[in-house]
Amino acid sequence: MSSTDDAIEACQLVKTYATHGKKHAIRALDGLDISVPRGMIFGLLGPNGAGKTTTVKILTSLARPDEGSARVEGIDVLARPGQVRRVIGVVAQRSGADPMATGRENLVLQGRLYGLRGRSARARADELLDHFGLAGTAGRLVKTYSGGMQRRLDVALGLVHRPAVLFLDEPTTGLDPESRAAMWQEIARLAGKKGEGEVGGMTVLLTTHYLEEADRLAGQLAIVDRGRVVASGTPDRLKGELRGDVVQVELPADADASLVRGVLASVPEVREVVIAGRDVSARSDDGAAAVPVVLAALQRAGVSAASVAVARPSLDDVYLRHTGRRYSESGTPHRGGEDDELEVVEASR
Amino acid sequence: MATAQLRLAPSGEAQVDPGRSSTVPFGTTLLHTWYLTGRKLHALVRQPWVLAFSVVQPVVWLFLFGQLFHRVIDIPGFAFGGTYLAYLVPGVIAMNAMSNNMWAGMTMIEEIERGTLNRFLVSPASRIGIMNATVAEQAVSTTVQSLIIVALGLAGGARYRGGVAGVAVLVAASILVGVVFGALSNSVGMLLRSREAIIGVYTFFMLPLMFLSSAFIPTSLMPGWMQAIASRNPLNWVVQIGRSALSAQPDWSAIAVRCGGLLVLAVACVAVSVVTFRSYQKNV
Repeated sequence: MSSTDDAIEACQLVKTYATHGKKHAIRALDGLDISVPRGMIFGLLGPNGAGKTTTVKILTSLARPDEGSARVEGIDVLARPGQVRRVIGVVAQRSGADPMATGRENLVLQGRLYGLRGRSARARADELLDHFGLAGTAGRLVKTYSGGMQRRLDVALGLVHRPAVLFLDEPTTGLDPESRAAMWQEIARLAGKKGEGEVGGMTVLLTTHYLEEADRLAGQLAIVDRGRVVASGTPDRLKGELRGDVVQVELPADADASLVRGVLASVPEVREVVIAGRDVSARSDDGAAAVPVVLAALQRAGVSAASVAVARPSLDDVYLRHTGRRYSESGTPHRGGEDDELEVVEASR
Repeated sequence: MATAQLRLAPSGEAQVDPGRSSTVPFGTTLLHTWYLTGRKLHALVRQPWVLAFSVVQPVVWLFLFGQLFHRVIDIPGFAFGGTYLAYLVPGVIAMNAMSNNMWAGMTMIEEIERGTLNRFLVSPASRIGIMNATVAEQAVSTTVQSLIIVALGLAGGARYRGGVAGVAVLVAASILVGVVFGALSNSVGMLLRSREAIIGVYTFFMLPLMFLSSAFIPTSLMPGWMQAIASRNPLNWVVQIGRSALSAQPDWSAIAVRCGGLLVLAVACVAVSVVTFRSYQKNV
């Protein structure tokens, strides 16, 4: 891998944290490698505790790894953190905006810390406030902002100095669906093509525990599990590696599962048949072609399907294959008591 | 969100000075100190009730305690030419400076939890500027509070023969002791990141240091062992500095020695907080 094309390069990062009251240190990163080409949205996908935030902290000069090396825009993060700080923008998981200051004051101060003086700091603040739809509330204290507004301000704070590389650590966690959709649009725009002679967009490293978010936004992604990258590539390639579609059949209530299993085992078009209750899923190289064959075989055995569907493999399937666990079972993808309850209900069904 | 075309991409500005290392020039440090102090003072001005509340305790000490024990002045050997309330003023100022600054760590923990400190740390903000701003804000709020107590004392009938110079020296001493305990509180906050620890440190030090000082009674009336401790108690130094400075004939050489002691201690405590800040940065 050549460093000239990569905006971010992390090599064999290891980081352990000593924890109070526990004998052994937690190994947050266990030899993590990533390389992010310029101008791309790179997704770091994994459940909470997988090591995403630790990776971001190391790449943004906040934490030092125990082992390994990291470069951002070709600059060694460990040797020259001061230089790295000038070329990166960081939107951390926690807001970071000063609640006792107005939106504009937050942005102006941020601009000044990056070396913008007087008028240009104010002009840049106004430009960003406009862009993020915060112009009307620029003079209000941030503590009165809604979650979505605060998140937009956070992103604006990360963009004040026009960074070459932007780190977004779980930018949509806790947002309502509408704000999330708006944020997705904005993130896509950041890395998008530039008009009028401007070369390329920004490199964005995005961490998320939402499969859908990674799938929609990331040009490339790395699945992180227990401090390591277990799979990486474009979302399509990762899904393509699973070779084939999933044919899903819903059986009638009185169907005999073992009979169905026997019938489908003899159908050459499908493999890996999994039956859970009334739901049958089988893998096939060509789902559309397999459907009539499967239905005919079931018909001959006297089983008439209640419904049938063909699904492309999802990132959930990719995750399952590389970690051996369903994504929803590995950690807590949701926050808040209500969501947790919902998960329990789903699991017990 | 607006659809207007906006230059969000790298414009080259960010890479203007590729040769710059992580050390920040002195001018930038001053500038960042100014900006970051401004941020904190803005927040302070927006919460005037915080300052107002902080005056409640001094009022209790001056007007309740002062009235309740107004006759202790008559104890033989007390030797103070004024009311007990006037006697209490330097002690209340010292206590107030100590107690309010000992909560500085709470703000630090809040800024850590909210991510504000980390936002500054991933920016080119001067590290020393960040710490300076904390100290500067403490100095300003301690000054305001100390002056309020001076005014309250005046309203209660205390007369300061040392005049403006005496008050200024007392306020300066209160700033120094505030910086000492503010820096320690910040260190505890950064190191342990627990509010309980800060409350623990507060209760551990506050009352003992108060009673082991001449805030309420001259040290000459204390048992010998208490006198020995009081002479090494920085809180007591502030009280002694203040009482002497506010008197008709201040003992300037004694004041200078104790102010020097407080200054050395303040510098040492700020140094400790800078070291803990460094260790925090390594273990974010």
